[in-house]
Amino acid sequence: MPDMNKQQREQLPTRSDEQPQSAIELPGMLLADEEGTTLEKRGAYSAPDARGPQDKPRGAWAEAWRELRNSPSFYVSGVLLLFLVFMAIFPGVFTNIDPRHCPILDTNQDPSGDHWFGTNVQGCDVYARTVYGARASIIVGVATTALIVVIGGLIGALSGYFGGWLDTILARITDIFFGIPLLLAALVFMSSVKDRTVWTVVAALGVFGWMQIARIMRGSVITVKKSDYVVAARALGAGTPRILGRHVLPNAIAPVIVVATISLGTFIATEATLSFLGIGLPPTEISWGADISSATTALRDSPYQLIFPSIFLSVTVFSFILLGDAVRDALDPKLR
Amino acid sequence: MAESPNGATSADPRKIVKPVAQGEPILQVRGLVKHFPITQGILFQKKIGAVKAVDGVTFDLMKGETLGLVGESGCGKSTVARLLMNLESITAGSVLYKGDDLAKLSGRALKAVRRNIQMVFQDPYTSLNPRMTVADIIGEPYDIHPEVAPRGDRKRRVQELLELVGLNPEHINRYPHQFSGGQRQRIGIARGLALNPEIIIADEPVSALDVSVQAQVVNLLEKLQNELGLSYLFIAHDLSVVRHISDRVAVMYLGRIAEIGTDAQIYDHPTHPYTQALLSAVPVPDPDGREHRERIILTGDVPSPANPPSGCRFRTRCWKAQDICAEQEPLLEIRKGLSGLGAHDSACHFAEEKDIVGAA
Repeated sequence: MPDMNKQQREQLPTRSDEQPQSAIELPGMLLADEEGTTLEKRGAYSAPDARGPQDKPRGAWAEAWRELRNSPSFYVSGVLLLFLVFMAIFPGVFTNIDPRHCPILDTNQDPSGDHWFGTNVQGCDVYARTVYGARASIIVGVATTALIVVIGGLIGALSGYFGGWLDTILARITDIFFGIPLLLAALVFMSSVKDRTVWTVVAALGVFGWMQIARIMRGSVITVKKSDYVVAARALGAGTPRILGRHVLPNAIAPVIVVATISLGTFIATEATLSFLGIGLPPTEISWGADISSATTALRDSPYQLIFPSIFLSVTVFSFILLGDAVRDALDPKLR
Repeated sequence: MAESPNGATSADPRKIVKPVAQGEPILQVRGLVKHFPITQGILFQKKIGAVKAVDGVTFDLMKGETLGLVGESGCGKSTVARLLMNLESITAGSVLYKGDDLAKLSGRALKAVRRNIQMVFQDPYTSLNPRMTVADIIGEPYDIHPEVAPRGDRKRRVQELLELVGLNPEHINRYPHQFSGGQRQRIGIARGLALNPEIIIADEPVSALDVSVQAQVVNLLEKLQNELGLSYLFIAHDLSVVRHISDRVAVMYLGRIAEIGTDAQIYDHPTHPYTQALLSAVPVPDPDGREHRERIILTGDVPSPANPPSGCRFRTRCWKAQDICAEQEPLLEIRKGLSGLGAHDSACHFAEEKDIVGAA
């Protein structure tokens, strides 16, 4: 492993700092050792430094990134996700067919040269609809995850850091929300709003999906806030914003990132479920969930219109969960 | 220990050059008390008792001296450090820094005073933020107290500090995990020195380090004291390290000071039975001395600080205990009948010299 060499090369000169001393510092001689160890005599750091200018400092995040690049599941999920995200942003690159152009005469066709994935009951091209459907799923997944990280992270960090009555209240609120099933709550929420868009789905999933993040954040913050470097910062006179922003959050966020990445996939699946149930995105929007739903009526005659969006949905969810696993392994090897 | 070359402290050259500081006290601790409440109930908490972690500690820290604070685990040493650093609220008593009571100051005045008291932590592996570079760690004090160094000056200052503690100033962009334990502790010391404090509270600064590295760090602390005129409160449980660095030593037991005096007084002329028992447990490198010395073996455990014994805290394990020890709390004072180096503050009704280490 070339990286190992790099590491060793770095450590060698630093170790030698302490070596000239160790020979004379046996426990019993600690008292007798008065003059021999002054720093001036040692020339501690004047040892030639083997590091080249190309050697950049490696922080914990850089370590994690290095770890990620050694992980095959990161590459597999990364390539798949890049492809899917590109498809969501530029669907026109993948197909010239308008997904809303539905000649009813072409209903329920099998895959062919004209229609790669066949057509659905209204005669729309399933391939085009699958390509265009990626956008809704990816937006819902990413935006909902961002929302739960903000809500859950804030609530968890506050209750973990301040503790006391604030923690008691926030923890009870979290418990109450935990008692509400996500799908049921989202169903009620979606049926009570007039205009159903991607963003109402995001709001529904976000408002009822932050609890796990909050709990993880709370536990993580409690662990970090007891650490010596936080005490050291407080001893220096650092205020709460600095301690939270510079010391607690950067060290507490790793497990949250892991769980957020994994739950991203489940939010996409939940959005598809809502759309399948007819309460997610309106029929004017193109989404995998809605297409899977409408395909069930023609399942026996033309299974392709169900199979293709389902494969894309599964692959997307799978990719995010795989990415989450890779991120977890990189950020927190203890969780493995 | 008496057989080691500088066992007789009066013959120690360093101690002649730098006599025990007799100057004015820079930090006066008076009747310091910290009780941690024991509570019951979830929402409406009821106090059902208190852990008396520190229960009336009084001492002075002189300018330029090193005061060693020793005692076994759980005796309240670290709580004293946290109280002096204002990391815990003081239950009772006062901490006077040049006459200002830290417990009564707040806001800006407290921040200004606190700048002068800094801390070095025990574990160099946990006391440095793993996500910050050395430049950020040592430079952070300047972000918090911007009046100390102008912004443009900080990098140079950080590099000077690194050089001062014997690290390569070019390593400012490295992260803590790229350093060894001893080097990390040097970074911790540099952080403590950043604000030019007058007092450093070192809470077991070497006990997490390799024995081979301990002496380097202790010697660095001594060098810095000589160069910068620092006062140290050096907390440790390693008696030989404390003797090496301290001008005066205070022995703590169960939240109180049992005995306090110069290192010669404490090590060569201990009068408190607890100190004598502690010293008799110090390993003696010389096999001859080991055969001749007396070992005092204490029975029982340290009582719970939530329910300490009445009168003398040590009486439950003391071989000299009489009725008076349970009835009357022994004050920390010089006892009658003691002379010479034995005449120092000792909280025992039956304080009496007993040569432990020089028994041969």
